[in-house]
Amino acid sequence: MSLPELTISRAHQGLIKKEFSALELTKAFLNKIKEKNKEIFAYLTLIENSALSQAKKIDNLISSKGKIPILAGIPLAVKDNILVEGVKCSAGSKILENYTAPYDATVIKKIKTEGGVILGKTNLDEFAMGSSTEKSAFGPTRNPNDLSRVPGGSSGGSAAAIAADLAVYALGSDTGGSIRQPASFCGVVGLKPTYGAVSRYGLVAFASSLDQIGPLTKTVEDARIVFEAVSGKDELDSTSVGAPKIQNSKFKIQNTKIGVPKEYFVKGIDPEVEKVIKKAIKKYEEMGVKIEEISLPHTEYALPVYYIISPSEASANLARFDGIKYGYSATSNQQPATSNLLDVYLESRGQGFGEEVRRRIMLGTYALSAGYYEAYYLRAQKIRTLIKNDFEKAFKKVDVVFTPVSPFVAFKLGEKIEDPLSMYLSDVYTISVNLIGLPALSLPCGQVGQLPVGLQIIGRPFEENKILFLGQIFEKYE
Amino acid sequence: MISNQEVKHIAKLARLGLTEKEIKKMEKELSLILDYMEKLKKVDIKEVEVYSHSWLKENIIREDEVNEKLKMKNEKLLGLAPKIKNGYLKVKSILK
Repeated sequence: MSLPELTISRAHQGLIKKEFSALELTKAFLNKIKEKNKEIFAYLTLIENSALSQAKKIDNLISSKGKIPILAGIPLAVKDNILVEGVKCSAGSKILENYTAPYDATVIKKIKTEGGVILGKTNLDEFAMGSSTEKSAFGPTRNPNDLSRVPGGSSGGSAAAIAADLAVYALGSDTGGSIRQPASFCGVVGLKPTYGAVSRYGLVAFASSLDQIGPLTKTVEDARIVFEAVSGKDELDSTSVGAPKIQNSKFKIQNTKIGVPKEYFVKGIDPEVEKVIKKAIKKYEEMGVKIEEISLPHTEYALPVYYIISPSEASANLARFDGIKYGYSATSNQQPATSNLLDVYLESRGQGFGEEVRRRIMLGTYALSAGYYEAYYLRAQKIRTLIKNDFEKAFKKVDVVFTPVSPFVAFKLGEKIEDPLSMYLSDVYTISVNLIGLPALSLPCGQVGQLPVGLQIIGRPFEENKILFLGQIFEKYE
Repeated sequence: MISNQEVKHIAKLARLGLTEKEIKKMEKELSLILDYMEKLKKVDIKEVEVYSHSWLKENIIREDEVNEKLKMKNEKLLGLAPKIKNGYLKVKSILK
């Protein structure tokens, strides 16, 4: 096995047993990135010097102490909407093209404390709004399994980096499926934690009641390691929750009940994807898990509810980009177009934001505007409660819910780009989880041809342990 | 459906400078998306409360004090602004 193929736990063993140094490990990744990034375009920014000096520090630590934290010396990639102090953070947007982060996000602070080696920042749809990474202002990322196809999105750069062995693990963010769907398209593991389990401080805000940071990894065990390192209450994010950590808890397979919602297997799903998912569920049955059909009757409303709530929150969050405090400003243009304050706003935002972001700001502003607020936003927030009630009822009968991550495998570049609505439909299985704040895992469970398919394992709030356990037993069974 | 006038009004509220061509395209696309939202009208929401995360029931408040740990140099943040003057952000005139 070459160095870039290693998992976290295997790389950690290699480091403490001195099979290789942290410097060698980091160099192996930097070389591979230089060779591969041109065609895949997973990374927007590389921070080579800081990665190398961090790796040297860890090597010194190993020779002086022998013992190091599990993430020490392990190279990672960070989605470019998570702040790393002193490093550019573009959020995939022209409006932040020259923005340098003045501080570390809490998750970054935690990983730095453990001694992690940040290799660089990965590509994403602008402000994480998209499902293919084609909406990045800096060009699309390609799927390492088939370069003519998208890696999914919005954390497409992070997912592609893991699939192509350009980092041991990566951080992404998930507002409507942005970790799970690219994980599924690229064939890697992705975890969207419970809302509040991981601090959002230092994450460029998209929709604050939906956003969560989480890991993309090669194995479920790695996802657990990263999740444990970055989760916890943070005084800088008042929605973060210190959930009781269930250490080494053993769930008995025989006592586990899995719910499969019938509403997720209707028209619209690719029959080949359905076959792979059904086969995976069958394997769990062989392992002794009880499978039960359940109903989530409000499923069909989740997508329209999401596309009211998320743009509404986005339109408020993105009001901060005004061409005055930071980011792209029309006043810096040489053309003397801006004579008053209103022009500065209109032109900085009109020129700085890309098409999809403008569309969502418009949609959100409309849904929140006088005369429409009750018909759209308020109604959506109420139907959101009905979707929550569906899941609460289901979780009285079953421990976890299994669904596909996406109705289809990775699609071709350009296939959906001109049709916003069909792009939105690719999130149909992942958004309920964000609307309610549940934890969910995207687990590679098979292929259609060369293209990976992900199984989604949804748990009760703060039951990450249970969904990770179920993911791990599948990996072992394979 | 959304009219051309409405799109212009919303763009102004959102402080987005759009060209005529962009407004036309937006009109078409927003109309399609809003038509898709129509299906929400058939849901009965009479007795339903608005959503909240069930595990975030309390307001989290803190004293209005400067957190020394987080204090950042002013210059560091002002350095990100396109125009500053005497340690303040500089803006264009509001009134003509």
